[in-house]
Amino acid sequence: MRYIEPHGHMVSRTTDDYQAMAMAGCQAVSEPAFWAGFDRSSVQGFYDYFCQLTQHEPRRAAMFGLPHYTWLCINPKESEDLKLADEVLAIIPEFMGSPNVLGIGEIGLNKNSRNEMLVLEKHIDLAASNDQLILVHTPHLEDKRKGTRLILDALKSDSRIRPERCIIDHVEEHTVGMVLDDGFWAGMTLYPETKCTSNRAIDILELYGNERIWMNSACDWGISVPLAVPRAAQEMKRRGSDPGQIDKVIYQNPIEFMSQSPRFTAPEGL
Amino acid sequence: MADRKNILDLYFLDARARLIDIAAFMDRVDRANGGDDFRYDAFRAALKALESGKPDRAGKVLLAFSDPTDEPILAATTKAACGAWPGADNA
Ligand SMILES: [Zn+2]
Repeated sequence: MRYIEPHGHMVSRTTDDYQAMAMAGCQAVSEPAFWAGFDRSSVQGFYDYFCQLTQHEPRRAAMFGLPHYTWLCINPKESEDLKLADEVLAIIPEFMGSPNVLGIGEIGLNKNSRNEMLVLEKHIDLAASNDQLILVHTPHLEDKRKGTRLILDALKSDSRIRPERCIIDHVEEHTVGMVLDDGFWAGMTLYPETKCTSNRAIDILELYGNERIWMNSACDWGISVPLAVPRAAQEMKRRGSDPGQIDKVIYQNPIEFMSQSPRFTAPEGL
Repeated sequence: MADRKNILDLYFLDARARLIDIAAFMDRVDRANGGDDFRYDAFRAALKALESGKPDRAGKVLLAFSDPTDEPILAATTKAACGAWPGADNA
């Protein structure tokens, strides 16, 4: 089995996780910038985090033979503070030239507030002005439907944004249709409780097909499973999925999307 | 198209266990002291989707827990989501 982990917060994981992922067939990891579980006190905290994502973490992943890619932003959970958001947005261009940066992410909404919307629109502008791919976080639980709708409308209202260059992550049964119908890519996050289980993700593939869609673990500092993608692939096999279709969803699709960035190199896929 | 017997062979026992867990959870809530709770109200509303006999039960359950409004809220006063929409006055 070969796969790509398109959404893993590896700074929060141990080297044992890297090793287990590599042994399970992982060929590359992509790490969006996110919330640390606590609010950073200043822009300097983000500066250090972006250094970690662009310099330190690629070296750590390389110890396990894994190419490491990343995405930059101030996440929606810290977007209520507009002054801090502006300061962080101002330092992102300094890191955008780093060889492992694929785009802007994971941007989006958390509680669907006005300030979160303003910061989202600024990130969309930053991505559009610099021809960057976009990786979007959609809100949790009861806020997901509304937030996904607001995010799609914000992306569509900027004429420079091409939907095929944006991945809308953490879709579930009530949001995947609107994402794919509008031409965007959809990401399914495999969490034990709060997002999609493997079985539901496979149901969604059966219902919506396997174009413009991927699966990820979104493993971070919370309850999450770094090997969720290969586990879901195993379940697809158990359910009788064709091996070529499994390979498309967990390996070829992430390559197809990320290859839209000139910084991404398709792995050998051994 | 999947074979129904095969799907039941794979998932029946797991779904049966989850269903009994839900029943036990409802008994547990009933035994406990306290008043109404919007989360439990949403839970019972979501259960109706299971009996609808229509496809997309999962989507309907998710919608039963979702904020149905379309405008951004004035300000985020918390970072967390609790799993059910508390209503416009409490959001
Ligand atoms: Zn994430």
